Amino acid sequence: MIELENVGYSYGGGELLSDVSVCLSPGSFHFLTGPSGAGKTTLMKLCYGALRPTSGQVRAFDADMAGLDRDAMALLRRRIGVVHQDCRFLDHLSLTDNVALPLIVSGHDMAQERENLDELMNWVGLSQRAGALPPELSGGERQRAALARAVILSPDMVLADEPTGNVDWEMSQRLLQLLIELNRMGKTVLIASHDLALIRAAKSQVQARVLRIANRQLQLAGADL
Amino acid sequence: MSRRTIRAFVLGDAQADRMVPPTGITARLTLFAAAAMAFLAVFALALSLASGRLADRWSEELARAATLRINAPPDQRAAQTEAALAVLNQTEGVASARALREQEQAALLAPWFGTELPLDTLPVPQLIEVIADDPPYDLAGLRLRLSAEVPGAVLDDHARWRRPLVDAARSLRRLGWISMLLIGGATAAMITLAANAALAANAQVIEVLRLVGARDRYIAQAFVRRFTLRALIGAGVGMALGMIGVALLPAASDEGGFLTGLGFRGAGWLLPLLIPLAAAGVAFLATLTAARRRLGDLS
Repeated sequence: MIELENVGYSYGGGELLSDVSVCLSPGSFHFLTGPSGAGKTTLMKLCYGALRPTSGQVRAFDADMAGLDRDAMALLRRRIGVVHQDCRFLDHLSLTDNVALPLIVSGHDMAQERENLDELMNWVGLSQRAGALPPELSGGERQRAALARAVILSPDMVLADEPTGNVDWEMSQRLLQLLIELNRMGKTVLIASHDLALIRAAKSQVQARVLRIANRQLQLAGADL
Repeated sequence: MSRRTIRAFVLGDAQADRMVPPTGITARLTLFAAAAMAFLAVFALALSLASGRLADRWSEELARAATLRINAPPDQRAAQTEAALAVLNQTEGVASARALREQEQAALLAPWFGTELPLDTLPVPQLIEVIADDPPYDLAGLRLRLSAEVPGAVLDDHARWRRPLVDAARSLRRLGWISMLLIGGATAAMITLAANAALAANAQVIEVLRLVGARDRYIAQAFVRRFTLRALIGAGVGMALGMIGVALLPAASDEGGFLTGLGFRGAGWLLPLLIPLAAAGVAFLATLTAARRRLGDLS
């Protein structure tokens, strides 16, 4: 589904990632770990085309990302739901509108999608907060809303960058359950996290591969996790 | 652009319109700039049309008319006038020839000497108005014949002062059109600046929209539609005010000369209606170019 082949990425003269190869196959569940600044977010961005590799090749859904034009890239992003670390909402729009953004920009008839939207808001437990503006939300609510936005188009893949970074343990467990549920629905999930307790909790429920970035390289983490 | 795209652009998409937050100061400045430019454009258009009419009229009237001046002693003036008229009436290419009456000659001198001028006591030459036919008379041939038969006659075809006048009127018309182009260019520059400011201020919005799968076309349209409508509304107001201003100018009169003829005539009043459409077109292109450039800079 997404395949990185000998990918390297340099930034400001320094090499951040070198010779990274990985395949995220359909329905798989991956964690991406590594110290802060190791390149987890960069790797995620390479996966959804926000960054272009300085060497190597990124293939998504059998297409070389380097060969995609801007329209094709936009269509590709509709197949990959992304939960950003800082959520990235439009502060002037209500929570519902923010969650519905992918539907709106892809031209869906919002009247027809209303029921699905309500159902999704209910799934992430935010039905009561539908009209709130993003600055009024707690960290956990923001992360759940970001997850709802990431999956509203029923993408093939969900990438979550430190989704539990700003929430307490209980909320992080709740978010994890939502992501595991998505994986059970057949979605490929990649979570960047340095929360080892969360990873251990996930591994007890789902067959997850743990990838670690160390010294610019991507490695399969051992049994210590 | 397909008909569907145009329809979608004009009617708009309420959801898409809300994606970009309203920007108060940019919106007001765009409206004001478009209104001011349209107001000026109405006057430039009026100037251009009026000077065009003037150039055409002067060119046509003066090209057809000539003046024959009889510089003869008072006792020979009548006889030479008769002889000159006889020559003119026999000349092929002369549509009409008429000796000006004393009152008409006095009226010509009135701007300089007043209305109480005793022409009979002054050595004022007799003037004969000559109107050319189509095709006109042979000027050189007529001059030759008059010099032989009417020694005191001097034929003036107005060419000496007609050309600079017509040139001046044509220059004014050109100036009007250049002004229109400059106004269009200045409008485009201002809209581009405003659009760039709005695009820069909404960089985060653009980034979010792209991350959730919005195409460049969709993002650009949100800005383009907004600026196009602002330019259309602003220019509409400016045009209306400009037309009121032109309508309130003094009516055309001989005493007032060129300045009182500055305005629109007949169907000419419909031409300013094109100004808001032109402003909207300029805004559309300027914003589209700015948005494409800005979006193209993003990865």
